[in-house]
Amino acid sequence: MFGYLVGRLSQAVVVVFAMSVIVFVGVYAIGNPIDVMIDPGATQEIRDNLIRQYGFDQPLWRQYFTFVGNVLHGDLGRSMVYNISVTSLVFSRLPATLELVLVSVTLAACIGIPAGLYAGYRPDSIGAKVIMALSVLGFSVPTFWIGMLLIMAFAVELGWLPSGGRGEVAEFLWFKTSLATSNGWSHVIMPAINLSLFKMGLLIRLTRAGMVEAMGAEYVRFARAQGLPDRQIVFSHILRNISIPVITVFGLELGSTLAFAVVTETVFNWPGVGKLIIDSILQLDRPVMVSYLVMVVILFVLINLIVDLIYARLDPRVRLKGGS
Amino acid sequence: MTAALDVQGLTTRFATRGDAVTAVNNVSFSVGKGRILGLVGESGSGKSVTGFSIMGLIDTPGEVSSGKVLIDGIDMRTLSPDDMRKMRGNKVAMVFQDPMMTLNPVLRVGDQMAMAVRVHRKMSKSAAWEEARKALDTVGIPSPAERLLAYPHQLSGGMRQRVAIAMALLHNPAVIIADEATTALDVSIQGQILAEVRDLADRTDAAIVWITHDLGVVSSLADDICVMYAGQIVERGTAQQVIEHPRHPYTKGLLDSIPALHEPGTHLPQIPGSTPQLSRLPQGCPFRPRCPRATDICTTVPPADTKDDQTVLCHHPLERT
Repeated sequence: MFGYLVGRLSQAVVVVFAMSVIVFVGVYAIGNPIDVMIDPGATQEIRDNLIRQYGFDQPLWRQYFTFVGNVLHGDLGRSMVYNISVTSLVFSRLPATLELVLVSVTLAACIGIPAGLYAGYRPDSIGAKVIMALSVLGFSVPTFWIGMLLIMAFAVELGWLPSGGRGEVAEFLWFKTSLATSNGWSHVIMPAINLSLFKMGLLIRLTRAGMVEAMGAEYVRFARAQGLPDRQIVFSHILRNISIPVITVFGLELGSTLAFAVVTETVFNWPGVGKLIIDSILQLDRPVMVSYLVMVVILFVLINLIVDLIYARLDPRVRLKGGS
Repeated sequence: MTAALDVQGLTTRFATRGDAVTAVNNVSFSVGKGRILGLVGESGSGKSVTGFSIMGLIDTPGEVSSGKVLIDGIDMRTLSPDDMRKMRGNKVAMVFQDPMMTLNPVLRVGDQMAMAVRVHRKMSKSAAWEEARKALDTVGIPSPAERLLAYPHQLSGGMRQRVAIAMALLHNPAVIIADEATTALDVSIQGQILAEVRDLADRTDAAIVWITHDLGVVSSLADDICVMYAGQIVERGTAQQVIEHPRHPYTKGLLDSIPALHEPGTHLPQIPGSTPQLSRLPQGCPFRPRCPRATDICTTVPPADTKDDQTVLCHHPLERT
């Protein structure tokens, strides 16, 4: 177990390193941020000064190692647009994204998994067919379009909910969150539903597929032959068996939602990190892009690690070995 | 005295696209307390479906369309689904073919067994584990307390099948149905388990239906034998009668094709042709196209011919020599 963790973490270091090179080179290729930021009428002298100030006159490899050196000292650089440190910039946006994602994945799991179980348990019932049809809609209709429909219906026509932005925040434990106020909830609920629809559709289909397969399994027949009621067979026997693919996809979705809830955050004007990265790309805010993407890599590596650990808990046949 | 299991005119049909297939056709037999009935037939003869029909575990599109299944005098078919569920595992238990597949891979043996205990008897978890431990002890599993903590994949095939048998025994059922319970095991383990089953039948007074394709197995295990062909019982008698003096040409063919009973070095006879599709059964006797004794009269439904309690469904039964 310990060997496994060491192996996985050293793998993660390699991945983060490779990713940082790719991102750095990629961002370098996109264009020169000085051209975007500076007044076109500025003199060549001011331009040269700025270029020297940001180190853009250095060869790429030296820029890269300066960046890595700074990161190792805990300095991710300063945003060229906001002129504050990237760390504080990202962490000022992170709570907003975290609360949005938390509400949306909770919704997706609490509705998607039971609906999938039902659809797999009674695959021929009308309820199951309705659920499956809705699940197709959930992950095939574009997010931004549903988002705009939601705004039209609940904000513009009915006027029940605000159309966008984050609500009042309040102190909860050690950080400020809008989930601690009712005004905050009224702001978060619509974007959260919007963000959860895709995941919900995915979870419904995965859970249903697992359930249909498990219902025909020998161990389920044997459990029925013991006189176990169906409810107990589903929750004690089947759920655990089908949870591995569900958890895998759940983990991947969690990661990509945290990092790239871009569309929903843009439609609902939600001040999260997804919106931050899009703005940075548009403004060629190089330190923010690079640092953010490296953070995303670390996030994914961590989530995958946790998912693997959960596998081993759920399925005794899974053995975690050191190295690969 | 009523039989522990009494099956009368059991018929199970499966609705397929187009027409319905009769997998079990008017099957009747009874098994007394502590007796073992061998239900023998080829693949697709309806022997497993008979087992599941008795358990009330036929799923759509299948359906038990007529007949009676009396367990300790209670007709399973008149019970509500929930009352039928309460019979399963409690009064009538079943053991399946593949011990690799019948236990849930992600739950400890003890948890699975305790669940099976508690579904029919109200007791604490620890008391249920103790019941499970006793049951493992009964089927000759060494250091049962440790085995309860194991996951199925940590046990050998023979051990797992013993666990499955122990689970079937938990509530002292009146009837145990074993569907090819030793087929997936190697011969030495098979021998051990058969000896234990014989012993269990004597000790617990359970009536056992031993479903198998292997006449060799039932000849040493069973008290009575039913031979199934195409959903019907074509021959029924005591084990000795059926093995030593088979009267149905099909039973004779099966016995002749057992390698162990055959003279070594000579050609092993086999029954020509293969089992008919249930949707396209020949008219009259279903065995007619493969039967060496078939005549024109065999296109009509064969009569039941009983002699010394040995019943055979044939126009031309073999006579005792």
